Order: sequence, then C-alpha cells, then structure tokens
Amino acid sequence: MTNQINFTIDGQEIVAQEGQNILDAALANDIYIPHLCHHPDLKPVGACRLCGVEIDGGHMTMSCLEPVREGIDVRTDSPVIYQARKIAIELLIADHHMDCLACAAAHDCDLLTVSAYMGVQPERLERLRKTERDLPIDTSNPFFQFDPNKCVICGICVRTCDEIVGLGALGFIDRGVSTVVGTFGNKPFVESVCESCGECVVRCPVGALAPKKPEFAAREVQTTCVYCGVGCGIYLGISGDEVVSVRADRERPTNEGSLCVKGRYGFNFINHPDRLTKPLIKKNGEFEEAEWDEALELIASKFAESKGEKFAALASAKCTLEENYLIQKFTRAVMGTNSVDHCARL
Amino acid sequence: MEEALSEIFLQFEGKREEIIPILQRVQENYTYLPEDSMRQIARFTKVPESDIYGVATFYAQFRFTPTGRNHICVCRGTACHVRGAPAILEEVAANVGLEDEGTTEDLEYTLETVACIGCCALAPAITYNEEVHGNLTKNKVRKLIKAEAGKNGSE
Amino acid sequence: MEANDKTVLICRGTGCESAKSPAIQTELMSGLQGSDVEVKFTGCHGMCQQGPIVIVEPQGTFYANVKLKDVEPIVGSLKNGGGPVEKLFYKDPATKEGLSTYHDIPFYSRQKRLVLQNCGRIDPEDIDDYLAEGGYEGLKKAIFDMTPDAVVQAVLDSGLRGRGGGGFPTGRKWKFTQDAPSDTKYVLCNADEGDPGAFMDRSVLEGDPHAVLEGMAIAGFAIGAQKGYIYCRAEYPLAIKRLQIAIEQARERGYLGKGIMDGDFDFDIDIFHGAGAFVCGEETALITSIEGNRGMPRSRPPYPAVKGLYDKPTLLNNVKTYANVRLIINNGADWFASIGTEKSKGTAVFALTGKIANSGLVEVPMGITLREIIFDIGGGMLDPNKNFKAVQTGGPSGGCLPESFLDTPVDYDSLIEAGSMMGSGGMVVMDEDTCMVDVARYFLDFTEKESCGKCVPCRLGTKQMLDILEDIVEGRGKPGDIELLEDLAVGIKAGSLCGLGQTAPNPVLTTLRYFRDEYEAHINHHACPAKQCKELITYHILDTCVGCGLCRRNCSTNAIIGEQKELHYIDQSLCHKCGVCFEVCPPKVFSVEIRTGEVKLVES
Repeated sequence: MTNQINFTIDGQEIVAQEGQNILDAALANDIYIPHLCHHPDLKPVGACRLCGVEIDGGHMTMSCLEPVREGIDVRTDSPVIYQARKIAIELLIADHHMDCLACAAAHDCDLLTVSAYMGVQPERLERLRKTERDLPIDTSNPFFQFDPNKCVICGICVRTCDEIVGLGALGFIDRGVSTVVGTFGNKPFVESVCESCGECVVRCPVGALAPKKPEFAAREVQTTCVYCGVGCGIYLGISGDEVVSVRADRERPTNEGSLCVKGRYGFNFINHPDRLTKPLIKKNGEFEEAEWDEALELIASKFAESKGEKFAALASAKCTLEENYLIQKFTRAVMGTNSVDHCARL
Repeated sequence: MEEALSEIFLQFEGKREEIIPILQRVQENYTYLPEDSMRQIARFTKVPESDIYGVATFYAQFRFTPTGRNHICVCRGTACHVRGAPAILEEVAANVGLEDEGTTEDLEYTLETVACIGCCALAPAITYNEEVHGNLTKNKVRKLIKAEAGKNGSE
Repeated sequence: MEANDKTVLICRGTGCESAKSPAIQTELMSGLQGSDVEVKFTGCHGMCQQGPIVIVEPQGTFYANVKLKDVEPIVGSLKNGGGPVEKLFYKDPATKEGLSTYHDIPFYSRQKRLVLQNCGRIDPEDIDDYLAEGGYEGLKKAIFDMTPDAVVQAVLDSGLRGRGGGGFPTGRKWKFTQDAPSDTKYVLCNADEGDPGAFMDRSVLEGDPHAVLEGMAIAGFAIGAQKGYIYCRAEYPLAIKRLQIAIEQARERGYLGKGIMDGDFDFDIDIFHGAGAFVCGEETALITSIEGNRGMPRSRPPYPAVKGLYDKPTLLNNVKTYANVRLIINNGADWFASIGTEKSKGTAVFALTGKIANSGLVEVPMGITLREIIFDIGGGMLDPNKNFKAVQTGGPSGGCLPESFLDTPVDYDSLIEAGSMMGSGGMVVMDEDTCMVDVARYFLDFTEKESCGKCVPCRLGTKQMLDILEDIVEGRGKPGDIELLEDLAVGIKAGSLCGLGQTAPNPVLTTLRYFRDEYEAHINHHACPAKQCKELITYHILDTCVGCGLCRRNCSTNAIIGEQKELHYIDQSLCHKCGVCFEVCPPKVFSVEIRTGEVKLVES
C-alpha cells in the first residue's frame, strides 16, 4: 500500500497517494487545473506550460511534474500564473485551425476546455498575428485522419506510441515552430509501421487525430471483445439498434483501456449486409438459404460419415472458453481424433 | 546493405548514444542522409525509425537531399548581420543562380546560412567549401565566386 | 620557450587562417631555415581585425596585416639582425603612429589576460609548450597535495562564477555534484558556443586546449568522476582538431587515462560533436543530446548535479570556467578573489565585434566599464564619423544598452540590473546606422529558429513576437503592438521551460526600454530613424547631382534616369532600394539622400 499524503490546494484539504503528481491529485478531487499535454497513462513532460501552480508561495512550477508532498500549500492561481497561462492559451488559439463546428473533437476538446476556463477575450485575440498554415491532412489511414493544422504539439500521441503501444511509429519532426508530429520520413500513416490501433487517436486532446466517421452513441453496453483470447474489456456504443462505436474499458485489468485495431475499429461486420444470418446449403452448385434444422441434420449426417482420422476441428477465438472446451471434447470423444486446433496464437 | 554503411557501423556498437555520431559519419560519406541509411541506422541501434528521423531533423547539420559540388555557408551571426550579411546573402544567391538558400538544379552549388561561424572579427564572413572568407563586400563576393568557378573549370 | 633565441609566432586562429596565415608560416619557415630563429604557430592573439598577426619574441615585435610579400622583409630583418620592419607595425588609429610591440598597443596593454594567457603564445598542438608554461601543475597539485574537498573549497572560496552566462557560483555546482552519491559521475564541458557574435570559447579551444582538459581533470578529481565529455560544435573544425590532438598527447604523457601521473586517479575525456542546435547550450538539452536524442530541455529539478548524463550526477561548466580552474589551484583562491569586483571575481573574456575599430578577443578584469572596453581597448567606432548607439551583450538572451550605460561596470549583477546580461561573452557594438527594431527582430528571428519547439510559450511566443517585429520593420506595425510585445514578453519569460525561452524576450524588452522612440517612429510615422529598414526608406538624388552617370550605370533595375552631365532622378516604382547609388555617388558630390517617413513616388 502506498502512503497517504495530506496537503491543500487553494485551501481545500486533499488526500493523495504518495508518488502521485499534484495535477492528478487535483483532478481526482474535482479541482480543475488547465492542462493540454498531460495524460494520466503517460509520463509527464511539462510542455504546454498551462498547469502552473505555486507551492508554498514559491516560483511557478508545473503541477504535472511536481509530486505531492505532505503539508504543502498549493495555489492554482496568482497574477503570474494567470498571465503566463493567458498568453499560452492565446498563442495556442492564434496558432490553431479553429473550425470548431466541423471538428470531430468539438464535444471533447481540451483546448476549448482550457479556453472556457480562462475566459478568452476576443479583443485580446485580435491583436495577435494568426498563423498562416495549410498543411495537407493525412487521410491515408482507413480509420482515422491526421490534421497537422490542429496539432498542438503536446506529444501525447508520440508518447502513447512509445510508452503504451511500444511501436514508436510517431515522432517529432523538425524543431521550433516548424515542429510537426509524423512518421518516419513524414510519410502518410499507411506507409509507416503504424498498426492503426488508434491509441493515439483516443488520447489526442484536440481534433488533430480524429476518427474518420465520428458517431455518437446514445448508450453504451459493457462487454468483452470477441476477436481473440485476450478478452479485452470494451463498451459498445449503441445508436438505435446498431453498434456505432467501441471504447476501451479502463477498469478491465486485461487491457487497462487499450485496444488493438480489430477491437477498436473492426465492429462494422455486426451490421454488415454481407453478414450471414441464416445457414446456406449448396444445392446443384449454388448456395441456398436453409432452415437451421435442415442444416444441422446435414452436418450431423456428414460428421457420422467422417469419424476418425478423416476429421479435424478448428476452433475459434471468438468462442468462449466453455465452447472451445466442448469442441475439443467433441472432437476427441465423439469424432475419435486428436486433430483439433485453434486460431488464436497471440 | 551498402558497403560504406557496413563499414561505418563496424566502428560503433549500436548504442543509442551513438546515433548522432553515426548520422554525422553517414552524412560525411554521402553528403546527406539517404532515407535507407536512416532505416539501417534504426535497425542497427534498435531504435524506432521515427526516432532516428526525429533526431536527424532536429539538428541543423543534417541534410536530406544531396548537396551541390560547391558548398557555401553565409554566416548570420550578429556581427555579420550588423555589418551587412543580408546583402551578402542576396549577392551570393544571385551569383550562383538561387533565390534563397538551397541547391541549384545542376547540383553545382548549395547555399546555406549558419548561426555563427565564430569569425565575427572578419564580419561579414562566409565559408566556401569549408574555407572562411571574411571582410566581404558585394564586389568581393562576385569576384570570389567567379574565381572559384574558374578553378573548378580548369580542373 | 628558449630564453635568448628569437621566436617568430604566427597566429593560426580561425580568423588569421582564413587570411592565409598557414601559407605565411610555411614561407617564414623556409626563409628562416638554418637560422637559429624558431618559427611557431599559435592560437588566436585576439586582434583578429589586424590579422594575420606575426609576433617576434622576446621583444614582442608586433606585425599586423601580414601578407605573403611581407615575409621577405621580416626574414631579412631577423637574419641580418637589422631593425624591425616598421611599415608592418600596427598604427594607432588616433595618432597614426606605428607601435612596435604589442606591449605598446592599448588593445593589449589595457587587458588582463589570464584565461587567454597562453593563447597566441604557445603552440596549441604541442603539449611541451603547455608544460613549459606550467601546464598540468594544477592537476598535479590537486591530485597529490590536496583532497577533493580542498579542491572544491578552493573553487568555492575563489568566487568563480559560471562563464557560460548565467553566473551561477561554480564552487556550489561542484559541491552539489560532489555530494551526490554515486560510483559513476560525469564532467561535461559546454563548448557549444552558439551565441551569434561570440567566439571566445572557440579561441580558447584553438589556442590553449590543454587548459580546458586540465580544468576538467581537476573537476573530475574533485567530484569523483572518471569520464568527461566536451560538447563542441561541429562548426568549429579547427577547435575539434586541436582538442583531439591535445587529448591524445595528454593520454600519451599520462595526464589523462588510467592512473594519471602514476597516481590512482583515472580520468579520460572524449569529444562529442554538436550537430547544430543552439538550445543544446542549455544543460539538460546538452545532456539529452549526448544521449542520442533531440536536444530538448527538460524541467529542473532534478538538476544534473543529482541526475544528469545517463541519470548519473553530472557537472557541467563552460570552456572558460574550466580554463580558470588551474589558475585558482596554482595561485590560490585568495589570489583569484582579489581580481574583479565584490560579487564577480576574476576576468571576463569578450568577443568584441560589430561597428568597432578593433574587433577581436579581449580579456578584462570584472568591474571595468563598458566605455573602457569599447573606446580604450576597442579603439572606438569602426567609422570614426559615426556615433555610438548601443552595445549588445549576452547574445539572444541579453540586451542592448545605450550610451548612458557606458559607465556601467561589467559584472554579472550590474548588467542584469541594466536589463542585459553577461552572457558567454559576445559584445556587439552598434553605431547610428543600426536600427534597433531591426536588431530586436534579428534576435527574435534567431531564437524562433533555434527554439526546440517543446513548450508553448517559447515555440509560439517567439514566433508571435517575430511576426509583430517583422510587421513593424516593414511598415505594417499597428498601434498597440508595443504593449502587445510587452504583454507577450511577460508571459513568455514566466512560462517558458528553459533559459532559451525565459530570456528570449530580453532583446525586445531592452530595445523597448531604451529605444522606444524608434519603435514609435516605425509604427506611427512609418519611419526608420536609422534609415535601414528597406520598406520605410526611399532614395533620392539631390539637385547637386553633376550627372556623372555612375549611379545610373550601377543600378541593376535601371531605375535611375538622366542624361550624362544632367540632373538624374530615381523612378521609385523601379527602385529595389539596394543602396548601390548611395554607395557609388562620389563623396565630394554626395547627391544621393535616403529619406524615411515620407512616401514620394516620383522624384523630379
């Protein structure tokens, strides 16, 4: 067990875990400190400079980098902090492609959250020179797109690919104001080693990395991904009677909020028109729809003719553990062969 | 893998901290960093390709296209600036047939600016194929480029 | 150096090398072959403006601007024992009198050369020259007669502060690193001298590389490190070459490597070639760069003294800081502390450049005034008819001080109080022809290009400031821009992650503080008082024009119209404002005028 640490934020008593940083502790206690480059899954870097606080009246320091300490008095606002934050958020907005109404992240944009908290004034923004930038949007990936004009260079995607996925498909390219996020050689995503898992997309705080078809679910159903034996926890987003989205379950110990490309994006088979909903039996060289009883009878009769070494079973990872157990039992005990295999070799 | 690359790798162990020295050696050999060489360096150092590319694009020294046979660097240090470096840059560009920094299509010249070559007492200064030329005027630039071109031609 | 025989010293610093000093050396050697005169090359003498420089010791005869054809008379005078070659003497700009030795030249006589004491005197590629000057005595004393604690204490007592610019007390840095518990520690030398207009470190490395190695080895002994790295810019090939030679020679003689001087202290040094990023002068960025990453700074703490290179305790100092160390060990902390001011001890090395008569490298005791450096040592303005306007110190982190600050003593605290900073030693002098808004724009252009891009205030803030300054110098400035610049400056200074961003607004702030009227002239009157900003000036031919046609023939855009011997005029719609007409108009005619603050399209 980690030790508890007691301290105050803006006078409010906080109990945090040892090793936690001030920003996470504040957020866990419903105290908002503006931030853009911080994500609880990733190592903090202190790049956006929005989460500044003063500890015991000292110099401004970044709350994402500062571990909690017993008895400290943390202030989240002061004239210095306010000025630094105000300039930072105004600079970000002047540099950002603000087409919020058409933006996939509009409902969940950290830049808007910070702006709303700071109360950005239009007359102050008008003084600033807007960035003239029109970089091409990378739509090469089938599931998501990357709009560098909306990127705030927080590095969350880069760190996600490094720290969580362990792939390193993304990196920073160039430096200074020319810095962009991109793949090796700044090529389209599909030409890179990217596996399209979308971990970066879900963590992007703005609309730079966004799903191509953002669908909003009316409700969610908690379930388990059917693709493989790992059994990742997911929430299926439902709209009407269709599955429109997948969200990873952060509480499930198997995946702790992560998913692969199949789990996250491979759900359109559910409502696909080509999906089989009735058995087909080939008659006179053509498949014809049949009833279940007819199909099962046909299978049973064929199985009866094929006992022993003529038979082999291939089970599926989409089946439950119990179903797979039954398949091997059936194959060995009924069909009399050990030729049984399974598709999941992760 | 190209022989030149394997030979460079022989002098290293493939550690992360060797990335910049390896990139420098590779550029010395090719005058720039060919894309495939960066992929090979990634494999050799067991570092993601995007990281190698990120490191290479961070530093001003590294180039991704071949350089011209003649390499001219115009110093944009403070001393050079106040003694007329912008005019020198314009003059060099005009004399080698470029608008600004870059490489001519015939790969004859590459023109770059550098932060400071540390010859501030000789401001404004340029390096022409690594040789420093100082106390320049527009006229001296014209003469220098003509003279160097003459040298190349006679070889 | 042999005491009686004559020695000819030829400077082969980068400045003099570019003026063909290697060829002069070869010629001198062949000319003096067989005589008892020794010919040696040295690092930078400092007076680069007058290079190539040849000095004849022991008299100290000083020959300036030596050309290949001058070798013959020099050889002649040395061989025949005749008098020195007077026509090669440096001429005092005020009296026009030739000065025969460097002892007589104010540029040298007013200096106090400690760090530079060997530069220009010894052959930097020969360890024996360094040893003859007492080289490695400091290291010997430290290892065999002192404890690490005593060495740290001496550096503490000396009052030495970091020569990289910040001025942090060096001894305290050493103490922190010494106190950090670890078997493995590192000593790093920051030779990534990136300030535009600065070449002090380069000259020390080229002229006296062993002094830096010795300082690092003493530091290694004091803090308990076994390994050192010198992070040197790849743009300094000569410095790297001489360092490499020095390291190899020191290893051969047992001053580096295992069991230094047969004792039980091991210490070795390698060179890391910086790949061109100004931000790598920041200590955490330098460390991540050596580790093979993009040179992006990280937040401190933890400080490198606790967690530095490869997460081990690491000591990082500037070239000149290390070069001071052996002097402190050899001569004692008290001796060092007796030089300079109360809070700034020792000397300061400056690269004196810009619109100044004697560009070059100078070393002065802390506390000397800017006026003494610029007018006594530097010889005043490059063009004596122009007025002094400002002096810039501290590079892109520093500021521009006007004439009223010329009597400011040069020390860490006075310069910071004035709004500038010591910096690593660049000192650029500006005259009335320099536009201060353009200077601010120049520095922001530099920091914007060199910002690593990691943190928002620096990445976007420097760009925003640059955009505004570009608008101002190009005549698009708006009322309110000055206040906006000040507003941005506060936010950028407070919010930026590292020193680069935290100091980036300084050139704007100091020029706003001391030259606000120039900003106002640009914004409100579209006028550039220094007549430098192209978009705000126009060229005109006065009616004193004699019609010589010189300007017309030199104009590349055929904008000048007029018959021979008749009054010419400039078609403003064709004029590209290159200024060639102004340059070529004969001085006695002087008919081309630059105007600013008025837009007149056609001049008749």
